[in-house]
Order: sequence, then structure tokens, then C-alpha cells
Amino acid sequence: MNLLMIIRVAFRALQRNKMRAALTMLGIIIGVSAVVAMVSIGQGAQAAVAAQIDSIGTNLLFVSAGAQNVGGVRSGTGDTGTNTLTVEDLDAIKREVPSVSMLTPTVNSRGQLVAGNMNWNTSIQGVSEQYPEVRKWRVQSGEFFTESDVRTAGRVLVIGQTIADNLFAGGDPIGQTVRVQNLPFRVIGVMVRKGQDQQGRDQDDIAFTPYTTVQKKILGSPRLQIAYVSAVSPDATYTAQQQITELLRQRHKLNANDPDDFTVRNMSDVAQAANETNSTMTMLLACIAGVSLLVGGIGIMNIMLVSVTERTREIGIRMAIGARSSAVKSQFLIESIVLSLMGGSIGILLGVGVSLAIPRMLGWPTLISTMAIVGSVIFSVAVGVFFGYYPARKAAALDPIDALRYE
Amino acid sequence: MQAIQEITKPDLSPLHLVQGPETRPVIQLEHIHKTYTMGDVQVHALRGVSLTIREGEFVAIMGASGSGKSTTMNILGCLDRPTKGSYILDGQDVSEMTKDERADIRSHKIGFVFQGFNLLSRTSAVENVELPMLYAGVSGSQRHARAIASLAAVGLAGREQNHPNQLSGGQQQRVAVARALVNNPALILADEPTGNLDSRTAVEVMEIFQRLNRERGITLILVTHEPDIAQYAKRVIVFKDGKIRKDYQVEDQRNAAEELKNLPVIEDDEEEDE
Repeated sequence: MNLLMIIRVAFRALQRNKMRAALTMLGIIIGVSAVVAMVSIGQGAQAAVAAQIDSIGTNLLFVSAGAQNVGGVRSGTGDTGTNTLTVEDLDAIKREVPSVSMLTPTVNSRGQLVAGNMNWNTSIQGVSEQYPEVRKWRVQSGEFFTESDVRTAGRVLVIGQTIADNLFAGGDPIGQTVRVQNLPFRVIGVMVRKGQDQQGRDQDDIAFTPYTTVQKKILGSPRLQIAYVSAVSPDATYTAQQQITELLRQRHKLNANDPDDFTVRNMSDVAQAANETNSTMTMLLACIAGVSLLVGGIGIMNIMLVSVTERTREIGIRMAIGARSSAVKSQFLIESIVLSLMGGSIGILLGVGVSLAIPRMLGWPTLISTMAIVGSVIFSVAVGVFFGYYPARKAAALDPIDALRYE
Repeated sequence: MQAIQEITKPDLSPLHLVQGPETRPVIQLEHIHKTYTMGDVQVHALRGVSLTIREGEFVAIMGASGSGKSTTMNILGCLDRPTKGSYILDGQDVSEMTKDERADIRSHKIGFVFQGFNLLSRTSAVENVELPMLYAGVSGSQRHARAIASLAAVGLAGREQNHPNQLSGGQQQRVAVARALVNNPALILADEPTGNLDSRTAVEVMEIFQRLNRERGITLILVTHEPDIAQYAKRVIVFKDGKIRKDYQVEDQRNAAEELKNLPVIEDDEEEDE
């Protein structure tokens, strides 16, 4: 009695009770498809975050004024109330830290933009001429301002697509004049459309002007919130982080025991944190789905136990006409494996289908994971073996005389 | 089939009383004891049974319930082991065999026919007949051909694809006989094969047994409690209290084929419907 024969016997036995086999499989189908779909959703989210971080640039560092704790007073980073990051600090970084290639400060303000009879309230960000390169965000038409604009605090404006749409519906904004706090600014460029960020905020509702202009002509204050710094390469970010920290501590005349009055973070940390959050979410989803897989396995055991009792006479017949105990055991074990494996296969198809449908129906990104599929197959076979073993052993242990007499 | 070669031995007429000395023994039981322990009580089902059954014999085992005939049947069928004594089946000592070895012996040397037919439900006749060959390791194409031939031998050609619930009791029992035959066993054991059948169908089944015994020389053991069914056999062994009480050759053996000719055919339409 070879394995192929036993598999055929098992298949025939299952065919004799199709409805029951289908319902038993349903538990595994739902379990496996849930695992596949959940892992796809989790991995999709992870991939989306990774892609976003990658687009920002992994060699990016953030230097911000203030720190979590200064002399016992907690202040948020980039707080406008702190004055611990100056243009001079940034100039020093640019001059003295070799692993830094570019940087741009940012000075945030809001203001009403007026063009002709149209107006629009938006965020006006003061940055340096290196902003497009540091943030990897290009100009679509016109050009970004230059170093001399920064030096002279020129009244030039580069606007996002949302502003272009709202102030100059249809027309070419380049060369037009926009008034900010009654000061005329010349529009010299329009940024490439970026769309919404992960929180759903419109990233194109923004206008850029030299940081000197914001400091001197809009806010009248030299404060900086945050500086974006590019390291020469992604590998150099940690070196840059260390060197910037040392330099700023020196410049701020901090003693060895004093905490930093500024914060330097790099993108890898942010990426790692985001990844960890997402992995935890994925694991959680997969575990919840795994529970339903377990319940499906118990369903198989339940049905197999009922089946052994119900088919006691059949087992007796098989043994009387020459089936060894091992053949009976194999038959029931394989029936259980066939149930779980078939359920697993259908579950994978369903799970992949759901994973493909979710981006269309809910707009969430999904990434179908080969690992999850392979894992589900292995797991469903394991479920079949584990939950089929006990009923199979019970069947094999029957005495043919008693089994034949069983009513 | 190999049985055909065995027909070349002297033709024994149905009324022949003495077995030819040249036939070899198929079953040799010597001082068989079987004791069951039920709680604190020991039940002696068999108390020293010795018995020889030769090739080509047709033996009926009779006895009241509790006489030990079912226990003897289980031991003869290698479903159970004797507590004491030796059992040689077809030249092999099977009394000390393990569970798996006995399964193999059942597969190759013994064919079973039960009172309740014991066919697999929702399984066609031909698949039921193929089942013993599956466990004996017969190849696929051979299995099918032999199952078809075996069904034809019991007069069920054309019914191969019917499921048990589409067959009458007599037909189901004939499928069971075909299943018992299909591995060319040394011995067919029939346990109350006519118990669930009406009298005419019972005679039909006995006719098949007599024919298989006569034409193919198949050794048959029939367990029954009906004396008139026992009269179709050539030899009757009567059990009582775990021992053989009587063992005699049947003097006026009934001929099922002859009787069938004289029996009126009643409600034959049962076989025609579907």
C-alpha cells in the first residue's frame, strides 16, 4: 500500500461527503485568507512609508532649536519661543562640518497672498536657495531663487501648485506680482505638484521665499525653527549628526553636564521608528488572523473525530479485508492534510484576491507577501498533521472485531 | 485466475462423503483456548478446540450464541489471537503473529462475507470489490479488470457502477462475495451470510457458494445457526460451551442450483427496476 494509493483512498473518502469537507475547509480558508490579506495590508503600509521616507532622502538630517528638556523646562523642538538656533550656527555647520553638503534653514509664517482681485491664505516658508536639492523637490516652471536673493532679502516668491491654481486659475503665474502684507513680491517659479502627505495635508499649499526676507520683512525676527541638512552620503548621516552636535555644543558654550539646547535627528531614526510601528501593526494583524487559523484547525480535528466515530464500521471493514493499522492511520491523517491543504490553497487565492481588491475599494496600499503565502501553506499542512494526528491514531487503534460490530 | 489450475483435482460429486486423502489441510487448529477477562470474571470462550479443514471443503459451523462459534470465526479469520494453542493457516503458523502480520494474512489468504454485507456506502460495487486489492498492493489496471471479472463470477455483470443503496440485499451480498473472492484467498469465511436475506435470495447466495466450491475448489467456512442452511455444506461442526460437540459429513447435501429451478420466481421486478 503505497502513499499514492492512500492519497487516493483519502480523496475518495472526502468525495463521499463533499458538503462536510467543504464546511470543514471553510475554517482554514477564512484563516489563511485573513492572514494573507492582513499581512498584505501591513506590508503595504510599511512599503508606502518606506517609499515616502526614501523620497525625502535617507541622507537628510533635521537640526532644530530647543530640546526636550532645557534646565528642567520642557520645550518642544522647533518652538518659536526658543532662540537657540541661529543663522550663524548654520553658517558654522556649513563651514566646519565636512560631512555636510547642503543645508537650508526654515522660518515658518502664515500670510495672506493677494494677486489682483484674488487672495489666498497660506504658509510662507523662508528657506535658502539649496532647499530644492536638500528636500528633493524640483521647480516645474520658472526657477528657484538664488544665493544673491537670500543675501539681499529679495522679494521673490516660489509657489506651490495649489496657490498657482487659486490665485492665477489657468494663467501663467511667472512674473506676476503678489502682495504679502502690502509688500509686492515677484513670482519667479512654481514647484512640481507633490500631492497629499500621509496625514492627508496638501503639500502644495505653500509658498517659498528667502529666509532672510521672512526674518526681516514679514516676521521682523531672526528666529529659526528647523534646518534641513544633507549629509554627503546616506552613510555619512551618523558622522554628520555627531559633528553637528559637537559643534553646536561648543558654539553654545555648554558644559559637559548640560543637556543639548537643540535637537539633531536623522531620517534613518525616523524611518526606523516608522518601520517599527508598522511591523508591530502587521504582527498584531497577523496574530489576530492566526487565531482564526487555529480555530479552523480545531474545526478539522472536531470533524475528523466525528468522522472516525461515524466511520467505525468502515474502519472495521478495511481492517478485516487486510488494511494494516498504519494504512488506516495514514488515510485519516492524509484526509486531514488534504482538507487543510485544499483549504489553505483556496484561502491563499481568496487572500490574494482581497489584497488586490483593497487598494481599489478602500484606497489602502497592499503588498502581497510571498513569505505570508509560503508560511500559510506550511502552516496549513502543519495544522492538518497536528489536528489530524489524534483522530487518525484513534482510528488505527480500533479493534477490527469491535469496529465491525459497531452500530 | 490461479484457482482454475486447482480444478484439475478429482471431481468430487456433491454427495461425496469422504475427502480425498491427497488434499492438503488449509486450517489446523490444535488445542485452541480463548479466555476473555471481563472485569474480575474470566470467560472461557473456547476450551481446547482441535480441528482440521482441508482444501476444497465446505464446512458449516453451528451452535447457539455463546457456544464459541463466533470466537472460533474470529480466530480462523485472524481477527483475534488464541490465548493458547496453535493455528496453522495454509502452512503458516498465525497464532503468534503481530497485528500487522495478521492484516497481511487477511489481505492475501482470507475472504470475508458478513451478515450485514459491510460494503462501503456511497461507493460503487466495483470500487468495493477493488478495496482488498488496494491493500494487497495490486496495480491499478489489474485491480479494475479483476474486480469486473469477480463481479461477473457472482452474476453482477452490468451492475459495476451501482452503489450499495441501489442494489437489493441479495445483490449486495453478492458484491460482498465478489470482494471476498477477488484476492484468490485460501479460504472464504462467511458469517451468517443469509441472516439478512429472504429465503429465495438465501438459496441464491448458497448456490454461488456451492458453485465456487465445486468449480474452483475454494475452501468455504460458513457460520450459521440455521440447520437448513447448514445442509448446503458438505461438513457440519457443532459447537457447544466452547468445545466441538459434533463434527460430521452431511449425508443428504442440498443442491441450491436444483432447488432454484423449482422455486417460483417471485417479485423478480426488484432486480429489474432502476
